Amino acid sequence: MSAPLLLLENLSISFPAEGGRVRVVEGVSLSIAPGETLAVVGESGCGKSITALAMTRLIPRPGRIEPGSRILFEGRDLLALPVTEMRAIRGARIGMIFQEPMTSLNPVTQVGAQVREAIQLHTRASTADARRRVVELFEMVGIPDPARRIHAYPHQLSGGLKQRVMIAMAMAMKPRLLIADEPTTALDATIRAQILDLIRNLSESTGTAVLLITHDFGVVNEVADRVAVMYAGEIVEEGTREEILANPQHPYAQGLLKSIPRADARGRRLEEIKGSVPRPGQWPTGCRFNTRCPHVFDRCRIEVPARTVVSPTQAARCHLVEQRSRA
Amino acid sequence: MTEASDPLLELHGLRAWFPVRSGVLRRTTGHVKAVDGVDLSIYPGETLALVGESGCGKTTVGRAILRLTEPTDGSVWFEGVNVSALPSAEFHRYRQRIQIVMQDPASALDPRFTVRDAIAEGMEAFNIGKDHDDRTARVAELMRKVSLDPETMWRYPHEFSGGQRQRICIARALAVEPSLLICDEATSALDVSIQAQILNLLSDLQKERKLTYLFITHDLGVVRYFADRVAVMYLGKIVEIGPTERLFAEPRHPYTRALLASVPSLDPARRRMRPAALGDVPSPEHPPPGCRYHPRCGVRLPECSLEEPPAVRFPDGMSRCVLARQDSDALAQ
Repeated sequence: MSAPLLLLENLSISFPAEGGRVRVVEGVSLSIAPGETLAVVGESGCGKSITALAMTRLIPRPGRIEPGSRILFEGRDLLALPVTEMRAIRGARIGMIFQEPMTSLNPVTQVGAQVREAIQLHTRASTADARRRVVELFEMVGIPDPARRIHAYPHQLSGGLKQRVMIAMAMAMKPRLLIADEPTTALDATIRAQILDLIRNLSESTGTAVLLITHDFGVVNEVADRVAVMYAGEIVEEGTREEILANPQHPYAQGLLKSIPRADARGRRLEEIKGSVPRPGQWPTGCRFNTRCPHVFDRCRIEVPARTVVSPTQAARCHLVEQRSRA
Repeated sequence: MTEASDPLLELHGLRAWFPVRSGVLRRTTGHVKAVDGVDLSIYPGETLALVGESGCGKTTVGRAILRLTEPTDGSVWFEGVNVSALPSAEFHRYRQRIQIVMQDPASALDPRFTVRDAIAEGMEAFNIGKDHDDRTARVAELMRKVSLDPETMWRYPHEFSGGQRQRICIARALAVEPSLLICDEATSALDVSIQAQILNLLSDLQKERKLTYLFITHDLGVVRYFADRVAVMYLGKIVEIGPTERLFAEPRHPYTRALLASVPSLDPARRRMRPAALGDVPSPEHPPPGCRYHPRCGVRLPECSLEEPPAVRFPDGMSRCVLARQDSDALAQ
């Protein structure tokens, strides 16, 4: 295995709350290899989006990354970089796209000019050269009639086309890592398929690694190489796409997959995960899933489970998995 | 499915157009044809899913049934009565029998109402229950039914989670004993583990109360699991109707095929999803001539851009495509 492109070590993120700071993400460690697509999946409030923002140091105040966290990108410690150097990486070596393209685009500027500005922020390209590059990029991301579309304003484009503009902007500087936070959640099914296909093809053709944040296991299966499952601010399981989808070990990952309505479950009850996700600061002691877990036993309520390696590529944080692996 | 019985609800040529005004005089310069000639029957006890992408008009169909949006043309028949022609005072009587549960339970509940009052509001409007105490007892019963603790009935909606609020909305809809429940993206805003809880609840309630569901959604996974029949809508028209298993196994309309092909697979042994529809959905203000799907269709014929294809009927449904006519001829032979 080659050296990781991105390495998160013991990442914790906190926000102030009544009675002190509350950690919304705790002890997250992850790595992404060059060219690889890693999906981080979880339900709302699990901390997946804020983890993605931390990678480019975009945590909104008053949130902060806790001491002891480390983010290494191409061997450099991002948390130790001066702001100017961080800016040079963000948008150039690391591209980003988000769920709602409308809120990421300036409504009063033509979309071509917005992408051009992004290029000129990072290079000394002349306006004419940058404009030519924008047309190329629009063509690359499948925007029909690119020479005309660069003059469009965001409101004149459909949701799918706006997301293509965002992808063009994110890919403009040939980043080594693309962070995509729920890039297709706001899109219709037929458009979602087009955009996922585009992300998959761009990653393959340019060798750009992708960190995909999603709540949708279908999307995971279609684009990811590896998967990390988050619950209550922690990674509870990670593995290859095949391992997580076919053979999940953590009861939360198992429960999530079983609760998806599928054709072969017709006429049968869906398996539920009882209760609801506890809020940050109200996480139980021991294993954070212990209030909802169907297999909970005494130890789960007392002791935080350690990361148990199940295969060279799969690991889970669960006492049951640990007991099974020892047996 | 109970095709033999009379439909509970029938839509005949339903249209809901919204005027587009422009210029200083705000003159009507066109119409957004959100619903443009929909025929549909829903039978007692079945779950009919109305699926389509945003802007196809599926939500407006639900609103037009309830007359939250007055239909421009066409009629809505409920239990054999043309309810779209009734004066609003008389329609009120039927309104009790048709209830709706919407996507966002946070905005569907008045934050100043306790849960007890939110659930009891409809009972008061329709004179259900003897008095205040009797209604409170009924609220407690309904809350137990949807797995909420009746002790919490004096709390306010913000004290509940999203899934619990959706249970409150379901209890409120059931409070007036409807026969038809319209679920408009009722589980779309919920996390998947909570969605499973709500789908199980809806399924239990349907068995117990013989409810009929019109399930409006964009989520084909939910449809395949939950619906008896499916109607696929595109740009204001229904393009295909059929029983769920047949429609998923052998879709007859190219748009249905494209929609199904765009559903991601959960089987790690195969990645299946492929973009099958070309380009974007056109604006409902300027739908393309002929078949509305033809600019995005991979198998279009020259005549598709000229003439609107008729609804071709099959023993188990309908498809609005010239190619379906060939299938239907083949079936007849």
